[in-house]
Amino acid sequence: MSDHESDETSGSDGGEPTFEAAEYADGTVTHPPHTVGPNGAERVGTVDLREYAGRVVTWTTSTATPPGVREPNTLAIVEFEMGDGYDGPPVRALGQIAKRDETGDAADGDGGEQFDVEIGDRVEPVYADELREPGAGIREPDSQDWDGFRFRPVE
Amino acid sequence: MERVAIVGASMTRFGQRDAWVRELLAEAGAAALDDAGVDGDDLDHLYVSNMASGEFEGQTGVPNALAHDLAAQPAYTARIDQTSSSGGAGVYAAWQSVASGASDLTMLVGGEKMTHRTTAEATDVIASLTHPVEYKHGVTLPSFAGLTARLYLDEYDAPRESLGKVAVKNHENGVDNPHAQFRKEVDLDTVLDSPIVADPLRLYDFCPITDGSAALVFCPEPVAEEYAPDGSYAVISGIGGATDTHVVHERADPTTMGGVVDSSDIAYEMAGIGPDDVDVAELHDMFTILEFLQSEDLGFFEKGEGWKAVEEGVTDRDGDLPINTSGGLKSKGHPLGASGVAQVYEIFKQVTGDAGPRQVEADTGLACNVGGFGNCVTTTVLEGSQ
Repeated sequence: MSDHESDETSGSDGGEPTFEAAEYADGTVTHPPHTVGPNGAERVGTVDLREYAGRVVTWTTSTATPPGVREPNTLAIVEFEMGDGYDGPPVRALGQIAKRDETGDAADGDGGEQFDVEIGDRVEPVYADELREPGAGIREPDSQDWDGFRFRPVE
Repeated sequence: MERVAIVGASMTRFGQRDAWVRELLAEAGAAALDDAGVDGDDLDHLYVSNMASGEFEGQTGVPNALAHDLAAQPAYTARIDQTSSSGGAGVYAAWQSVASGASDLTMLVGGEKMTHRTTAEATDVIASLTHPVEYKHGVTLPSFAGLTARLYLDEYDAPRESLGKVAVKNHENGVDNPHAQFRKEVDLDTVLDSPIVADPLRLYDFCPITDGSAALVFCPEPVAEEYAPDGSYAVISGIGGATDTHVVHERADPTTMGGVVDSSDIAYEMAGIGPDDVDVAELHDMFTILEFLQSEDLGFFEKGEGWKAVEEGVTDRDGDLPINTSGGLKSKGHPLGASGVAQVYEIFKQVTGDAGPRQVEADTGLACNVGGFGNCVTTTVLEGSQ
């Protein structure tokens, strides 16, 4: 897998997974990282989005999901609060909404009851080592990574 | 740059067909050649708009196959893939071939064979256009529509029923289209009671999976009357293509399709018109919410006001700006590579006065073909010759 395709988590070397975004020379940040920033600026570093609070911009529950995807599948677009010093375009991510286990915490797998979210809710990322079954769909399993971050409401 | 005319047009019946992609393309291509009164070997260029014949049925190399089936050798051929906007991109390529002087006679055939796949499989083929960070979360094009519809309804205080009225209108229009997949009306209660697919959108907010093909024949405007002596041709007065971000959540305003804004700006400027000059439009209503977004981003209505136009009947067939007189993708069907070609087919019929029971008063028409979730867009403006 190329560096460009390892674009969300960087914990595959055994370290703690990070929610990786790219920072560019003009100060803008994007998730996922791109070769250059939205204004053409050079990529100069990374930002771990786990360090920022996120709010739900919108959400949906999909009941007709493709092969290898949990059903139903609740998804949200989340916008991160990057602080007063940031004046670039909004930094957002799309992700699944986590399910809760018997203890009320975010479940590792696809079992459990779905957390409810609404527009404007504060959420935080929770790591999942497999978001979708690799190889069940049309995409070549080795062409990308399959772990990443779901979101759960902040109580 | 030479002005380009369309002198022949055809489309197959859309729906569940026994024919495979080669046969569908040949059916539409032969009919368009016949409509223009030419033979395959008269063509200089032959383009095929198709998203995924290799993925859907294991058939690649379709332009060369079509050239052979229509005895069009030695015409130059190329396949145009721009996902759901392959048809519009094909119109752009065909226009470019004639406008540049590279070809004196070009045919474009768009087609797709999809219905032999399950909904889940077809959805996954289409979703394969998404970025890896989207794909691994199981996002689909319908789920993008659900995400955007919720935000639109919330931001603009639009009632859920207004989306349902798009489906009702387009099904009503499709009744009079002999090529449409669904030629039956649906009432608002049926739409609103149908199963949820991507909350808040329900089954009737979505276009079906479809087989079908459509074709157009292009030549320089000065010789159009050689092919259409009765003046039954149309002129491409404006055309523009544009892209937006690949990753949908990176757009500044998720309810604005920048590719629609930019491509229509180019097309309007080339045509020397503005949105108020458009008499009829075919928009890419793969999902009901897209008709609102495009009607606003094309400048027909203010941002956040597109839903009111539907509520007030402005976009009905007998309204001030009829939208999707063909039934749209919603009722007519959406065979990916064919859809953008079929949109221009409908506008061609409207501006040449040949739309039968769907006919509206139209000198100038517009087609907006969208790929992905607004990722790639072609906007085409046609004017009748008379």
